[in-house]
Order: sequence, then structure tokens, then C-alpha cells
Amino acid sequence: MILRPLLIALLLALVLRPEWFTPVFAPLAPEGGPVIYQRASLLSLSLSHLGLVAAASLAATVVAVTLAILVTRPAGAAFRPLSRTITNMGQTFPPVAVLALAVPALGFGAGPTLVALFLYGLLPIFENATTALSTLPPATMEAARGIGLSRWQRLVRVELPLALPVTLTGIRLSVVIALGTATIGSTVAARTLGEVIIAGLLTNNTAYVLQGGLIVGLFAVLIYDALVQIERRLAARIGA
Amino acid sequence: MIEIDSITKVYGDETAVDAVSMTVQTGTITVIVGTSGSGKTTLLRMINRLEEPTSGEVRIKGQSTLAVKPHILRRRIGYAIQGHGLFPHHTVARNIGAVPELLNWSRDKTEARVDELLDLFSMEPAQFRDRYPGELSGGQQQRVGVARALASRPDLLLMDEPFGALDPIIRTRAQEDLRRIQRQLGSTIMLVTHDMEEAIRLGDRVAVMDAGKLVQHGTPAEIITQPATDFVADMVGDVERPLRLLSLIPLSDLVEDGTADGAPLSPADSLRDALSACLWTGRSAVPVVEDGAPLGRVTLDAIRARARAHT
Repeated sequence: MILRPLLIALLLALVLRPEWFTPVFAPLAPEGGPVIYQRASLLSLSLSHLGLVAAASLAATVVAVTLAILVTRPAGAAFRPLSRTITNMGQTFPPVAVLALAVPALGFGAGPTLVALFLYGLLPIFENATTALSTLPPATMEAARGIGLSRWQRLVRVELPLALPVTLTGIRLSVVIALGTATIGSTVAARTLGEVIIAGLLTNNTAYVLQGGLIVGLFAVLIYDALVQIERRLAARIGA
Repeated sequence: MIEIDSITKVYGDETAVDAVSMTVQTGTITVIVGTSGSGKTTLLRMINRLEEPTSGEVRIKGQSTLAVKPHILRRRIGYAIQGHGLFPHHTVARNIGAVPELLNWSRDKTEARVDELLDLFSMEPAQFRDRYPGELSGGQQQRVGVARALASRPDLLLMDEPFGALDPIIRTRAQEDLRRIQRQLGSTIMLVTHDMEEAIRLGDRVAVMDAGKLVQHGTPAEIITQPATDFVADMVGDVERPLRLLSLIPLSDLVEDGTADGAPLSPADSLRDALSACLWTGRSAVPVVEDGAPLGRVTLDAIRARARAHT
């Protein structure tokens, strides 16, 4: 895996020292036009982009996992189809439509983007957490009850830790989707790396488009990879 | 002492357990044996209230199990099941220390108890303490499961087909280990099995269940020689009966003065072992030797006479 450090180095260089890439992007920029995006620092755009994704994914995780816990309790089983419908709607509704609908209510800026990413991220986390919590090893669950763990202790000490790897897979899918989707947030003035891409599209500057796209793509690949590593480690500890 | 007082479990129209009463003496193993669907597992699960009885009650040391919350009750009752049910994300030490942790034992006391139990089950503590269940063999996992059930020195240990998932050779060893550890600790055990051989080998008392009813409760010898119903007789098996009876009697009961040729047996071996040795090697007597000192012999005639003595 020598690819990983190489990709990390490439990403850091693109974000921190974009001017280094002037010769690479120059052929793609319009004649005499700017090659490297300068209207805002790429670092601050990246941090804002990641911050939005992190906030939306965290909120989606908290809500989706809480829902999953509720619908896998005997008392909440009746709400499972309803919860599934709601999270499914979050996924089928295109984020662009959510943005358009949310702007009148929340105004321009980060708000509508957060809502769109949050709704879009619920489904994979909810589905995975629900599946994980309802397919725990029966002998272990029976023993947990049999040796005297209370409901709460069973949830916290046994069910959630055992469901963690599969739940994390859902979070990973959700985060990676959000990383890409966040770029369209810039259409409603959220500060994301989408700004670079949109500026490129508006001015016919392929260099900008490529620059923004490359940074977002590299973030997605590296974060995906990091989460896969964590999942593997957790799964190995559980002995799966 | 555990008193089970006309306990009943009804599911819809079906009576899974029908007014079963029995008393289990402290420090003994009671094996509940029956076919599947006989209600034996339901009976066991009503003792620690994994199933709530429809009527009747269980008293442990005179106290009704209905007097405390179920999860508090279960911390006083060890529970070991088929397929061990260990927590795969906890180390062996944390698995065994699970109930002491719930009872807020100090860390030192729990650690000492974990090591003591690992020693008892012939598992080197330094080697196994920090392993995860997935890194153990089936037999080792099962031993850790039983160790976990014994960790807090419970008043009673319930075991539901604990050896069901083991292959025959490991199973025999696990049964011997359990018998040895139970003698050593003086534990009170109730064990459910469908295997009459296991019931006779392990039980001080054997309780036979059929269609939700307790049809016979007695010593293994009583179950073999005086089956209460045809069902019990079937469970014991006509052909196996004399051999099962002989398997309960140690050679020390029949040792007489005299000598015999061939490989010696120990006085703790059973008459079945001696009979088998006689038949296989064509001898009419086997020498009995304890720790290298000859005690005498057991003759085929004496074994034959003993097998007939039940009538």
C-alpha cells in the first residue's frame, strides 16, 4: 500500500500549494485566464467542506442509530416500516430539490446544505444499524440475558459494540455520498469545494473544474479507505 | 436447597410444563432428561425467569425467585448454554469476570477469581486471560462459558445442553471436568440434556420429562432398574440397561482377594470397564491396583452376579 501516502501527499500539495500545479493545469485554462483558483484559500474551503460533511453525518448518525435502536426493541418493532419509509424518502428526494425547498425557509448559506446532506445520509446508516442490531448472535444475546445484564447494559455492553462494524459501513457510505453531494451546496452559497467547480463551469475554465473535482475525489477516496481500515480492525477484534 | 413447587407454563392452548415439583439438594447435580418438546428447557428457563411461570413458584434457600427483579436474580444463578454464548468482543478474562463486574467486585478480587477458574479448567491464566473467544478451540470456549457461569460462586448453576456442540471425545472430557469441578466446589447444578448416557454419567439425581410432565425423579440406578413408565424404559434402552447399571458401580465395591493376569484397572473404574476388559482379552478376572499397590481382583462371575442383583 504505497499508494496511500502518495495520495495523501498529492492531496496536501493540491490544497496547500496549488501554485505548484500551474504547469499541469495551464493547458486546460482559457487563453490568458487564471489557472489556479485564487478567490478563496483552498484550505479554508476544504475545511469548511469537511466541516459541513462531518456535522451532517454526525447528526444523521445520531438520529439513524437512535431510530434503529428504537425499532429493534420489542416495543418499537411496530414503527420499523414507518421509519424505513421516512429514511427512504430522505434518500429518494434529490438533494438539489431539498436545497431549492430549504432556501426559502433557511436562507442562503450552510443551512440548506446541512439539511440536504443530513436527509440523504440517514438511509444507509439506519438500514445497516437495523440489520446489525437484529442479526446479533442468538447464543450471545441469550447468555447476556441469562447472566443478569439489564436491558440497558445489554444494549450498551453487547448489542452496540457488536453492531458497530456493520453500522460503520453505513456511516462510511453516507459520508462518501455527502462528500460529493456537498459540492452542489455552493449553488446556494454554502462554502464548499463546489465553489471552485462552479466557478470553473461559469467561466468555461476546465482547470478550475478539474482542480476542485480532484480535491473532493481525493478526500472521498482517502476517508473511505480510513474508515475501511477502522471497520476491519473492529471486525477482527470481534472475531468475525 | 432448591424447591420447585408445581410450576406450570402454558403457551396458548399448549401446556409446555405441567405442574412440575421437585427438590434439588445443595451440592448435587440433577440432570433433567427428555426428548425435544418435553418441556425440559422451559423448566430450566423458568428457574432463572428467562421464562415467567404461568403458575407455581421456585424457592432458592427458602426465598421465592419472584421476590427480586429478574436480572438481579440471574446474577445469583449461573447460566451456561449450548454454543457457549461468550461475548466475542471481550477477552477471556472479561467474559469470565462478567458477573463479578455486575456485582461490583473489586478489580483484584475479580482478577484472582478469573485466574483461579482458568487454573481449575486447566487453562494457563497467563496464556489465555487476554485472548478473545474467537481465538480458542470449541472445547476451550465451552470451558470459558462454564467458568463464566461459576465466577460469582452462584447458589445454583443452570446448564442447557452445555456439551451439545462438542464432538464426542471432547464431550467426555468436558463431562469429567464438570464432575471433578462440581465435587471440588460443592456446586449445585441443574443440567438439561436429551442424552440418557450423559444423564447417568453426570447425575446424582436424574429427572425424566415427557410431554411437560415429570415422569420420574430418582438416582440413576433407580431410573435404570425401576423405570416408572414405558417412556423412561425406552429412554434407558432395554439393550443398554445392564451396561448402564454396571457403569455406575466402581470396582472397589466388588474387589476380592486373589490375583489375576493382564493389565490392571483402578478401583475407581466401573464394572462396565472391567467387563469390557474381560471380554476383549478373554480373561475371567482383572487385577485391581491402586497407585501401584495391588488390592485384589474382580471376577467375571462377581460382575455377572452384581448385574442380576437388582431383582
